[in-house]
Amino acid sequence: MASILRFRKLCYVEPVKCSSLGFESFETPKIEKKDDEGAVKAVESTVGEKQKKKSSKRQPREWRCMDYCCLTVGYMCTAWWLLLFLYHCLPAALPGFQVPEAPGARLRREGLTALHPVVLVPGIVTGGLELWEGRPCSEGLFRKRLWGGSFTEIFKRPLCWLEHLTLHNKTGLDPPGIRVRAVPGLVAADYFAPGYFVWAVLIENLARIGYEGKNLYMAAYDWRLSFQNTEIRDQALSRLKSKIELMFVTNGNKKVVVVPHSMGVIYFFHFLKWVESPPPMGGGGGQGWCAKHIKVIMNIGPAFLGVPKAVSNIFSAEGKDVAFVRSMAPGVLDSEILGLQTLEHVMRVCRTWDSIISLIPKGGETIWGNLDWSPEEGYNCDLAKKRYAQPSLLDSNDTNSDGKMEFQIKESVRYGRIISFGKATSQLPSSQLPNLGSKDFLRTSNPTKFNSLCSEVWTEYDEMSRDGIRKIAENKAYTARTFLDLLRFVAPKMMQRAEAQFSHGIADNLDDPKYAHYKYWSNPLEAKLPDAPDMEIYCLYGVGLPTERSYVYKLSPTDRCKSIPFRIDSSAEGSDGGCLKGGVYFVDGDESVPVLSAGFMCAKGWKGRTRFNPSGIATYIREYRHKPPASLFEGRGLESGAHVDIMGNVALIEDVLRVAAGATGAEMGGDRIYSDIMRMSDRINLRL
Amino acid sequence: MLRRRKGSEPEKSSGGDSKDQREDGSKKEKEKEKGKLKSTRKWSCIDNCCWFVGCICSIWWFLLFLFNAMPASFPQYVTEAITGPLPDPPGVKLRKEGLTVNHPVVFVPGIVTGGLELWEGHQCADGLFRKRLWGGTFGEVYKRPLCWVEHMSLDNETGLDPPGIRIRPVSGLVAADYFAPGYFVWAVLIANLARIGYEEKTMYMAAYDWRISFQNTEVRDQSLSRIKSNIELMVATSGGKKVVVIPHSMGVLYFLHFMKWVEAPAPMGGGGGSGWCAKHIKAVMNIGGPFLGVPKAVSGLFSAEAKDIAVARGIAPGFLDADVFGLQTLQHVMRMTRTWDSTMSMLPKGGDTVWGDLDWSPEAEYSCNPKKQMNNDNKTADQTEKGSLGLKNSVNYGRIISFGKDVAEAHSSRIERLDFRGAVKGKNFANTTCRDIWTEYDDMGIGGVQAVVDYKSYTADSILDLLHFVAPKMMSRGDAHFSYGIADNLDDPKYKHYKYWSNPLETKLPNAPDMEIYSMYGVGIPTERAYVYKLIPGAECYIPFQIDTSADGSSKDTCLKGGVFSVDGDETVPVLSAGFMCAKGWRGKTRFNPSGMQTYIREYDHAPPANLLEGRGTQSGAHVDIMGNFALIEDIIRVAAGAKGKDLGGDRVYSDIFKWSEKINLKL
Repeated sequence: MASILRFRKLCYVEPVKCSSLGFESFETPKIEKKDDEGAVKAVESTVGEKQKKKSSKRQPREWRCMDYCCLTVGYMCTAWWLLLFLYHCLPAALPGFQVPEAPGARLRREGLTALHPVVLVPGIVTGGLELWEGRPCSEGLFRKRLWGGSFTEIFKRPLCWLEHLTLHNKTGLDPPGIRVRAVPGLVAADYFAPGYFVWAVLIENLARIGYEGKNLYMAAYDWRLSFQNTEIRDQALSRLKSKIELMFVTNGNKKVVVVPHSMGVIYFFHFLKWVESPPPMGGGGGQGWCAKHIKVIMNIGPAFLGVPKAVSNIFSAEGKDVAFVRSMAPGVLDSEILGLQTLEHVMRVCRTWDSIISLIPKGGETIWGNLDWSPEEGYNCDLAKKRYAQPSLLDSNDTNSDGKMEFQIKESVRYGRIISFGKATSQLPSSQLPNLGSKDFLRTSNPTKFNSLCSEVWTEYDEMSRDGIRKIAENKAYTARTFLDLLRFVAPKMMQRAEAQFSHGIADNLDDPKYAHYKYWSNPLEAKLPDAPDMEIYCLYGVGLPTERSYVYKLSPTDRCKSIPFRIDSSAEGSDGGCLKGGVYFVDGDESVPVLSAGFMCAKGWKGRTRFNPSGIATYIREYRHKPPASLFEGRGLESGAHVDIMGNVALIEDVLRVAAGATGAEMGGDRIYSDIMRMSDRINLRL
Repeated sequence: MLRRRKGSEPEKSSGGDSKDQREDGSKKEKEKEKGKLKSTRKWSCIDNCCWFVGCICSIWWFLLFLFNAMPASFPQYVTEAITGPLPDPPGVKLRKEGLTVNHPVVFVPGIVTGGLELWEGHQCADGLFRKRLWGGTFGEVYKRPLCWVEHMSLDNETGLDPPGIRIRPVSGLVAADYFAPGYFVWAVLIANLARIGYEEKTMYMAAYDWRISFQNTEVRDQSLSRIKSNIELMVATSGGKKVVVIPHSMGVLYFLHFMKWVEAPAPMGGGGGSGWCAKHIKAVMNIGGPFLGVPKAVSGLFSAEAKDIAVARGIAPGFLDADVFGLQTLQHVMRMTRTWDSTMSMLPKGGDTVWGDLDWSPEAEYSCNPKKQMNNDNKTADQTEKGSLGLKNSVNYGRIISFGKDVAEAHSSRIERLDFRGAVKGKNFANTTCRDIWTEYDDMGIGGVQAVVDYKSYTADSILDLLHFVAPKMMSRGDAHFSYGIADNLDDPKYKHYKYWSNPLETKLPNAPDMEIYSMYGVGIPTERAYVYKLIPGAECYIPFQIDTSADGSSKDTCLKGGVFSVDGDETVPVLSAGFMCAKGWRGKTRFNPSGMQTYIREYDHAPPANLLEGRGTQSGAHVDIMGNFALIEDIIRVAAGAKGKDLGGDRVYSDIFKWSEKINLKL
C-alpha cells in the first residue's frame, strides 16, 4: 500500500520534473515564459498539495477530472475482477440451484450407448468460413474465421469483409484471388458465435453416451455455394461419402444416422441422389449405396419445400426483423450519410450466394396456393395457442366446424399471394385484381437505361428502368409460381446462374431422363428417394411460433438510384388477432420454416409407397411445441421450438440419442403431431 | 527560470520525508481554503488503490486500442526499417516462380505437439468437455494439476483409457498448427503451402493420440484406418496425384508403422495389399526423424528428467524435489509419462551395433567445441581435428548411462561391474510413507537400487535390461508393442507382428521403387547422447536416480556439460538416429530397402535468429523450430509441387553422418 502511495506521489512529482527539465533545455526566451508559466501552474497546482505546509500561497491540490475518471475505472475494474474471481471460485454446481439433468446423462443411466455413427449436416449461415487466400486488405486473417465466431472484422474493415464473402457473379464460385473455405470438423458449427450454440448441446449429449471423434462427423461445407459446386470446388460430397464409408467400416458395419439441419436437409437430399448416380455428375456409389450405409435421416427443421423468407431476402434483402427495425427508426438503414448503404451491400452479397436460391418455395401454386386458395387458409393466428392446449379429441371435433365458420365470417388470409403490393391487394378477391399476366411484363420492358451513376454498389435493380419497376408494382400480387417469373425479370443474371443449379417445379414423370440432371436433386418433388426400404426418414421441427409466410410490399418512396425500389410495407397491420403484422402474414412454424414446408413430405409426399418414395421408406413426423424459456437461467430454453434453438430442445435431443443408440421409429412412438400439418397436406392436390 | 527550477528541487527532496503529514496537511488546507466545496473527499487507502488500478487499466486499454487500430502491416514496416527488407517467405517466392498446388500433402505430427481434448472425464473435470487438456494454454495445469495428471494418465496395465476417462486427439489442421498460442509447429508450413494454392482439401493433418502405442491408435480410434481412407480420398479427388507425406519427430516412426500396417492383411493390418504405398505415396519427407530412437527417451523414462530439468535442478537445487507444497512434481510426471506407451517407441534401437558399446561408438571422434567451424568450414578444420585426436581421450558415447563421471571416462577394463539382473528387489519398508504417488521405484527396495548402481555403466543393449529391471510393468506393456533389435533374417514370419513395424531395422520398406524418402533434420546444436547419473541416498520416496549436474568436462571444449554428453544433432535427435537409415541403411538396394527406393539427406545447419524480431528464426535447426526454416519449407514446397529429389540437388550434408555411418557394421 505504501508503495502505491509513493508511486502516486511520484506521478505527481514527475510532471514538475519534466517541465523543469524542459525549461532548462529549451532556454526559452522571455516571451514564451508567460505562456509556460500558466501551464506550469496548472501542473503544479496538482503538486501543490505536497508543498502546502510551508507555502500556503500555493493552491491546494484538487480532484481533477482525470483523477475521477481513473478512480471510477479503477473501481469498476476491481469490482469486475473480484466478481470474476468469485465466479471462478464458485463450485460448478451451486447447491440450491438445480441444473436440470442433461438428457444424455439420463439415457446413459438407462443403458444407452453409442451404436450407430452419427453424421451432422449443418444448415445455411451456421457453418464457419475461414480465409485461405485474400486481397491485401485482409492481411493477417489467414485461416481466421470470416464467418462465425466473433465477427470482429465486420466492424474493423466492413468493405473488405464483404468483398471476401462475395462470390463471383457469373460462376457462383470464388472471385479471382480470394479463397474462403468452410471450417472443417466439429468446430465448424458447434457454436455460431461465442455462447450461441448450434450443435454443441447435441454433441455434448451424444458424447455422454459414448460418442467421440471417430463416430461423430460434421459434414461441413461452404453453404454459400450451390450444392453441386461444393463438390466441384471442394469435393465436399466426395468427402462426405468417403467419411460415411469409413465410419461404417470402422464401427463394425453399423449404418450411420444422419442429422441434417435446415438447409442441410436439402443438401443431404442432394447427396442421396448424387451418391448413387454414375460418376461424371454423381458419386458412383451405385444402386443400394444408401440402403447399405444409411440407417436413418433425422431432418431437423427441414426446409424441404423452401421458405418464404428466402423470397423477401432475395427480393429486397430484408426479413421481418429488418422491416421492424425500419419502422422503428426510419431512415437509418437507408441513410447514405455514412456511405454505408447497408441493405444494398447485403443484397449484392447475398445474391451471389447460389444456395439461397435453393430455399425459394418449391412446388409452385400446387403447394403454396394460388391467388385465392392456400393450404393453410383457416389457420387462426390468435387461437393458435389456445387450440394447442386442448386435447386432440375435442380438437378434431370442433376445429373443422369452427374453422369453416370462421372462414365464412372472416376474410381468410390469402397466403397464396406470397408478395402483394399494398395491403388492400392482399385481401381482394382475385377477380378484382388487375388482370395483367406475369408474362406480359416480361415482354414489355427490356431494360434500356443503364444508370452509370449507380455503379458503385451494383444490384441488378440498377439496370431496371423505372417503367419496369412500376409495372412490377402494378401487377399487384404474386404466387409461388409467378414469383419466379418476377425474379427472372428483376435479377436475370442471378436467376440464370441459379436455374442451372436448382429447380423449383413438380415432376410429372419422374422417370423422364432429364431428371438425371443434378439441378433436380435437391427438390423432393422432382427426385425419387433412393431404393432403401429399411431406411427411415424423420421430420423433426418446432411448431407454435409465428412464421413468415407472405408479404405486403410497397414501392420505395425515394427515387434515388442505389436503393432497392421495393420494401416491405411495415405499416400494414391486420385487425386484432389477425395474421398480418408489420407487412408480414404469419402462419404456424418454427420462426423460419412454415409447418407446410417442413412436414409435407413426411406427412404426405413420402408417406407409404408413393411415386416420390418408390421403395416405401418409413417416414415419421416429430413436432416439438415451442415453450419460451421459463427463466433466465435456462438461456435459450430447454423446450424451444425455434429454428436454431430447437437444437437445444431436450425432447429432440432425446429422440436423436435414442435413434442413434439403435431405436426404430416404431419404438419411438411414431408420429407426434401438434399442428394441422395432416389437414393442410390433405388439401394439397398432388399426384402421388 | 532558473530560480523556478531551483525552487522546485528542495520541494521535491523534502517531499520524500514526511508524506503522511503533508497528506494530512493538504486536507486541512483544502478545508480551509476551499470552503465552498461541499464535501472534501479523502484519499483513503482504497481510493489510492483504485486510482492506481484505474490508471493502469486506462493505459492498457489505450494501448490495446492503438494496437487494434494499427494497420496489420505495421510490424513488418518496423522490422524492415530495422533489419532491411526481409526475404520473401518461401511460399511467395515459389509462387512467383510459377509453382502451384500439385500433390496432396499429409502431415503427421510428432509426440507432444498434437492437441488432446476431453470427451469424458471425472467429476473434477467438469466444464472441460471438448476443451484442450494438452496444447493451447494449459490453463488447467495450474488450476487443477492433480485432476489434470489423472486425466492425462493412461491405464497402467492396458495402456489405454482408464475407466470413465476419454481423452481424444483434436482433429484437423488445428490439432498441431500451434502448440501453444504463438508457438507454431506446423502453422508456418501450412501458411506457405497455402500461398501456392493448398487448402483444406489438399492438406490433411493425420492427428492421432500420441500417448498410446501405434497399434493401439488403430485399436481404439481407428486412426490408421482414417489416414488410409483420407489418403485414398485425396488421391482420388485430386485426379490420381500421389500424396507427399511429411512426418515430424515421432510421426516418422508412426508413419513407418503405417506403411507396414496398410499393406499387411486385414485383422492386424489395413488390408491395402502390397503396392498400396507405391500407388498412393510419392514421397515421405521425414523431418527430424528419430528412426533409431533418442537418448532423451532413456533419461525421460529412467528418471523423468532431461537436460533442461537437470539444469533447473542445478540452478535451484531442492526446488523440484521439494515436498513443501506436496507437489512431488517429478514423481507425478514420471507416473504419468510411464503410462504413455509411445515414449517407449523412442528408446534407442539397434543396440550396441548402432549406438556403440563400452569402448566404441560411431561418433567417438566428434569434438564438441570447434563444431561450428567444422560445420561451416571445409575439410581442413576436420583434418586438424583428427591430428589432435591422438592426444585427447575420445568420449565413450556408447555408455548411455554411467554412474559417476569417472566411470564415464575410464576404460572399460578398469570398470568393475556387478550384474544387476539377478538382484533381489527388497520389499520397501517405507512404502506407506510415500504418499499416494506410485512409481515402480517403490517396489524396488534398496537392494534393487544398489544393484543398478553397481553395474556402473549401461550401453544401448543393457539399457533395455535396466528398464526391464526398474520398471517391469511398463516394459512388459512396451514389449508387446515395440521392439528394439536388429533383424537377422527379415523374412522370418515373426516379423509380421506389428511390434516390429516401427523399427526400421526389423522391417523392410514397402515395394515402391518410385517412392522417395527424405531425411531432413537440423544440425549444429549440441544434443543429448549419454548421461552421468548419481544415486540419491536415502530417498525412498523420490526417484532414486538423478543426472549428476556437477559432472562437467575438464577442458573447455568438452562434450560433457552438466552430466550430459552432447553430440551433433537438432537438440533432441542426434544426427546418427536421424540420418543413418537414409545415409546407409536404406541407401541403394539393401535388405531393408528391397525395391531400392531413393533416399536423400537434407541437413539444415542451425543459425540462431539474428535478432528478436525474427522470433524463432528462419534458419533454425532445432527440433521443432526447424518447421519454420525457410530452406526446409522451400524443399517441401518444391517436392509437393512435383519436384524429385534430384531436382532439389540430392543430398545436402553438413555433418559427419556418412563417416559415422561407415563405422557402423551392419549387414545390409
